Amino acid sequence: MSTMAVPDIAVAPVRKGFWTRSRKVGLTLLGLGLLAAVLFGALATEQEARFTLSDDAAGAALEINGTIGAILFGIIAIAAGAALLAGVPKRWFLPVLAVGLVGFVLSFLCWQVSAAPAGQNFMPLVNIIRGTFILALPLIFGALAGVLCERSGVVNVAIEGQLLMGAFSGALFGSISGSVWVGLLAAALGGAFISLLLAVFAIRYLVDQVVIGIVLNLLAVGVTGFLYERLMQTDAEKYNSAPRFSNWEIPLLRDIPVLGPALFRGNIFLYVGLLLVLVIHIGLFRTRWGLRTRSVGEHPIAADTLGVKVLRVRYRNVLLAGVVAGIGGASYTLALYSFTKNMIGGKGFIALAALIFGRWNPTGALLAALFFGFADQLATYLGAISSSIPSQFLAMLPYLATILAVAGLVGRVRAPAADGKPYIKG
Amino acid sequence: MEPGEIHALLGENGAGKSTLMNVLYGLYQPDEGEILVDGKPLKLKGPSDAIGAGIGMVHQHFMLVPVFTVAENIMLGAEQVKGGIAGFLDRRRARREVTEVSERYNLQVDPDAVIEDLPVGIQQRVEIVKALTRDVDLLILDEPTAVLTPQETEELLTVMRSLKAAGKSIVFITHKLGEVKAIADRITVIRRGKTVGTASPEASRDELAALMVGRNVRLTVDKSPATPGEPVLEVAGLVVDDDRQIRAVDGMDLTVRAGEVLGVAGVQGNGQTELIEAIMGLRPVLAGTVSLIGDRIDGWTTKKVLRAGVGYVPEDRSVDGLVKEFSVAENLVLDIYDRPPFGAGLALKPDAIATSAKERIEQFDVRTSSADAPVGTLSGGNQQKVIVARELSRPLKLLIAAQPTRGVDVGSIEFIHSQIIHERDVGTAVMVVSSELDEVIGLADRIAVMYRGRIIGIVGPDTPREEIGLLMAGISPDAAHERSTDAAPADGAATDGSPASDAGSANEDEA
Amino acid sequence: MSNDPTPQSGSPDKEPASEAQAAQNALGNTERAELATEPNTPASKPEPQQEPRPSLGRLFIDNLWAANTFTVTLLSLVLAIVVGAVLMIISDPAVLSTYSYITSRPSDAINSSWTLVSEAYANLFKGSIFDPEAFAGWLDGTNSWQAVLAPISETLTYAAPLVFTGLSVALAFRGGLFNIGAQGQATIGVIMAALAGFLLPLPPGLHLLVAVLAGALGGAIWGFIPGILKARAGAHEVINTIMLNYVATYFLTWLIVQNGVQDPNRTDAISRAVDTSAQLPRLLGDNLRVHAGILLAVLATWAVAWLLNRSTLGFELRAVGANPDAARTAGISVTRTYILIMVFAGILAGLGGSNMVLGSTASALTPLVVAQIGFDGILVALLGRVKPWGVLLAALLFGALQAGGNRMQSYSGISLELVTVLQALIVIFIAAPALVKAIFQLRAARAARLQTSLAKGW
Repeated sequence: MSTMAVPDIAVAPVRKGFWTRSRKVGLTLLGLGLLAAVLFGALATEQEARFTLSDDAAGAALEINGTIGAILFGIIAIAAGAALLAGVPKRWFLPVLAVGLVGFVLSFLCWQVSAAPAGQNFMPLVNIIRGTFILALPLIFGALAGVLCERSGVVNVAIEGQLLMGAFSGALFGSISGSVWVGLLAAALGGAFISLLLAVFAIRYLVDQVVIGIVLNLLAVGVTGFLYERLMQTDAEKYNSAPRFSNWEIPLLRDIPVLGPALFRGNIFLYVGLLLVLVIHIGLFRTRWGLRTRSVGEHPIAADTLGVKVLRVRYRNVLLAGVVAGIGGASYTLALYSFTKNMIGGKGFIALAALIFGRWNPTGALLAALFFGFADQLATYLGAISSSIPSQFLAMLPYLATILAVAGLVGRVRAPAADGKPYIKG
Repeated sequence: MEPGEIHALLGENGAGKSTLMNVLYGLYQPDEGEILVDGKPLKLKGPSDAIGAGIGMVHQHFMLVPVFTVAENIMLGAEQVKGGIAGFLDRRRARREVTEVSERYNLQVDPDAVIEDLPVGIQQRVEIVKALTRDVDLLILDEPTAVLTPQETEELLTVMRSLKAAGKSIVFITHKLGEVKAIADRITVIRRGKTVGTASPEASRDELAALMVGRNVRLTVDKSPATPGEPVLEVAGLVVDDDRQIRAVDGMDLTVRAGEVLGVAGVQGNGQTELIEAIMGLRPVLAGTVSLIGDRIDGWTTKKVLRAGVGYVPEDRSVDGLVKEFSVAENLVLDIYDRPPFGAGLALKPDAIATSAKERIEQFDVRTSSADAPVGTLSGGNQQKVIVARELSRPLKLLIAAQPTRGVDVGSIEFIHSQIIHERDVGTAVMVVSSELDEVIGLADRIAVMYRGRIIGIVGPDTPREEIGLLMAGISPDAAHERSTDAAPADGAATDGSPASDAGSANEDEA
Repeated sequence: MSNDPTPQSGSPDKEPASEAQAAQNALGNTERAELATEPNTPASKPEPQQEPRPSLGRLFIDNLWAANTFTVTLLSLVLAIVVGAVLMIISDPAVLSTYSYITSRPSDAINSSWTLVSEAYANLFKGSIFDPEAFAGWLDGTNSWQAVLAPISETLTYAAPLVFTGLSVALAFRGGLFNIGAQGQATIGVIMAALAGFLLPLPPGLHLLVAVLAGALGGAIWGFIPGILKARAGAHEVINTIMLNYVATYFLTWLIVQNGVQDPNRTDAISRAVDTSAQLPRLLGDNLRVHAGILLAVLATWAVAWLLNRSTLGFELRAVGANPDAARTAGISVTRTYILIMVFAGILAGLGGSNMVLGSTASALTPLVVAQIGFDGILVALLGRVKPWGVLLAALLFGALQAGGNRMQSYSGISLELVTVLQALIVIFIAAPALVKAIFQLRAARAARLQTSLAKGW
């Protein structure tokens, strides 16, 4: 055989034009960098932009001249964009992109902080970081609930309802019993209750998973709202005064500069949330449970031929998702606020966005949630320094980012292959 | 089955081979009868029972999770874990196991490769390793070579021999004669759900082919000799990819003339589907041209192709041919709903649709309770008649019928065949694609045999069916006689070694 | 279209076979919903079966206990009402306390529960359909005829926008797309309608027309985005419509406080009021809120029914929805159809939005001006079995629940949220006919086709 180099079935050449995704992203980043260097640079003032390492204006700070900072960081974004445009190795794509985006954001901040009214030209980093994590917290729990559910092939649009039910039952039973732990348990069960309905209707009765998710959200809003008005409003003392978890300061970690005071001096739900990200990530990719979960979400028939009980895995995961989201709901009512009607207010859907933006991956979801939390926190901060940027546009950011992601502009987003498809044994 | 035996199940598409094996693997439950293992009856409730009984199966459509690594796929369902209830996967052990098995049977696979990045041949190897790590004694291979290149096929045969040497029994389901002769110890031929004979590999190709296609059940179609006219459809140098971006039609030339039926025979998956879809504008043409009476139609939308006078009976009526929820009447106008008299501007004309439906139902003998009944409630034959009625009720220049009688009762088959011949007789160019050789022989005036995206030969309808069968297996007539005596595995051999003795083989080598 | 019995409606549900029957069935439900507290009326509806064979009554009973659409809808209502009653009881400490001694004096528990529940549901009925006291008052001359019609007026007022959003969701559903974005489309619709309503100085009549069309245009734009993303990039419309809902909401909250939009006399988030020349006229005098929106809603229902069943476009849309592969093979452009579907869905939802600010519900933009009409529209569409006339009736039922819920809240102190619960429950039960069947031990008959939903992943 002399011509053995010629394969029998020719594989179609991968049509790779010049405009790869990496280059398109690079071009966009380059544009953003130019915008930052020119526009933000021009709008920034000569004031020092101070990034204090504390809760307020006091203490040590990173300082930079507003104009110089805006231009400098803009140039960093330009450089990163140019690097991508020129072409970088694949594994460098994300780091370079990250550098570019951070440069863009910093340029923006230099402009905003320097242009703030006199006396307010500072950004308290501890405050910002803490706020970011606190605002991201329900998103983290919600997105993890989404990961658990969707990795096993059940679409979870009911995150909002699970969070809400968790918050409500945590508040109600925490108040009645006077115990945070009873409240926490009740919250987990509350979330699991919505999950149970989702599981039964989606798996047993084959109702479209998106439909049932949407309806369950409305049901949760209705039931909690109804009981809130009937019980909690009439007797808040008895029904809506749940005890709160006291602050837990973590030794050693609390002393890390900036991060210590920002993260490790209080909210135990934050610890739980971060721990859960780790546990679920390891569980999903390193354990038997995770392997089976993913197989059921990707190719249930193959799993079935190997003796994996598809439906049982799905039931279990959906219920677990409810527990996680329920605890997420409790992070409101057993740590921060008393229950109010519809208090989740769409966070469940941002969590869904974080799940998608994080590509159905626990760590990705965490990063997405933090990004969305930061946007949220930034909106609050900019409002406080009477910025010219309307907070509503920052609030839109998570949603717009998700639309771009699913449209394939930011990267390939692929759901588990069997996500949303009921499994009917042949 | 004996231990250490390779038993080939030979039969045409749809003969019932795969169903039988799925029952053996516990995926389907038998309606009656029983399975004996070592003389004892075996009840299989599910695949795990089959695995437990030492039966493994490599499905025609691989049961692999595409985003998993090889090791993960092999572990799944039989995970080695450590760390107590946490159940951490013991990847090292899994990897070792994979390496062990693959070395023992000479099946090289990289345990850390991701399935979707692997070529099909390797994926299949993973399937085999998966079964072997589960300590099976009997391995069922369902059409394993259908998706393989000749080289891969050759490698598979080698693997099978080494498995046999290790004392494993193998059931090898196929419809390719050459492979069977090359490897099987015993051959059972199945046709229409029944065993029609057993043979030893020494039986000649011709005998086997005769057993397989069965000369007794020939369907006869009454027709007069064709009077071919001008070329209507001309395909030149056509190149088309399938859904996986793999070349399916590879530089194909074809001409269909007015007033003739060109039958396209071939084992399924040799590019027939993609060829038709490309002609119909449903699949992008990567190279080459398609012309309809001189007009280039490649690049046209499907609607435009249909409007130009092409009738199309798609091969899978429930997916592409009919909207099951729609009524018979609506399905009868599915591609002409917006043309007078059925549609005027934006408005639909229900009365015209109903009147026309009544006529068509009468004319094409569609058995339905009413024209308003959802088409999904009709029998397969009557559903097919609805499609045929729809396509034949407008003036055509070209009719393309793919698997026109698949899953259709005998009465309807005859009716549909006579309609196709009638269409030919009024001067339409007809192209019939079928994996039923009987059908092609019965209908066609010329038979083009398709093999790996090309026409391997064009023969008359009086050609012995054995010869056509060999063509379908990729062996052109002249070469076939030379080779019927040598035991070389057919598919692989066609490209290996022997000098190309005719156009068909030559094509293959270049491919 | 009601004058001829649509022979090839092409409806996915075999039963009821025509829109007219579906309408009839759903109407039965509306009437019965309010009577269900006293479950003594298996009122004999006209038999929907066309060929009366053995005995009509017999057939009816058979049919009733067969799990058909009508029965499932009815029983879903009953179930929802029962669950609602349970919620009322467990959330009333006074009533609940009587259960602590239920073994010794069960009558207390039963009586107090009955009083609570029956009063609440009676108020629901009086607030939405007919109030006997107002009728008596009219006979006595103590109040005007308008008081008698007030409940109906309220029901129709609430129903009108829901018809539009319900049609929006239903239309998309028939085309195989799940439009969760009716809320966002209605939001952009309400913005455009309001802007046209107070920014454009136009003569009466024309002004109203322009404002209504502006609302439709706004919705169309917001529907076009997920439509084109679906058609061109394959982006899942469920995700995109959810996200666009929030984008629209934030845009609205931003817009309201801008100069030229915000009411110059107010500091809170409210816009200038729509000119009277752009407001939908009231139908029954100024004291009753019912306005021309409900007429537009009926017109829209007719138009959508025509579009779906009598137009080539509707044919394409239904074909794409039922089997996109076959549609493509038959030469229908699936991508073009997807875009058109979402644009039409957007137009309908946008019209629903216009209703919220051009009608009597509100006359200026506030952050909550759209209420929940988009999400309720999903429920309405599902309850209406994604058929136009079914949607109209489902919207009337939901409108009645809203209107009655208001009275229930003010007279019985039962939170309006109960209405949300009832609505969600009804649809949950309807979506799982097998469950309803199991609960009531229905004869296992032809239930397979009752599934309302399409299975879709991301």
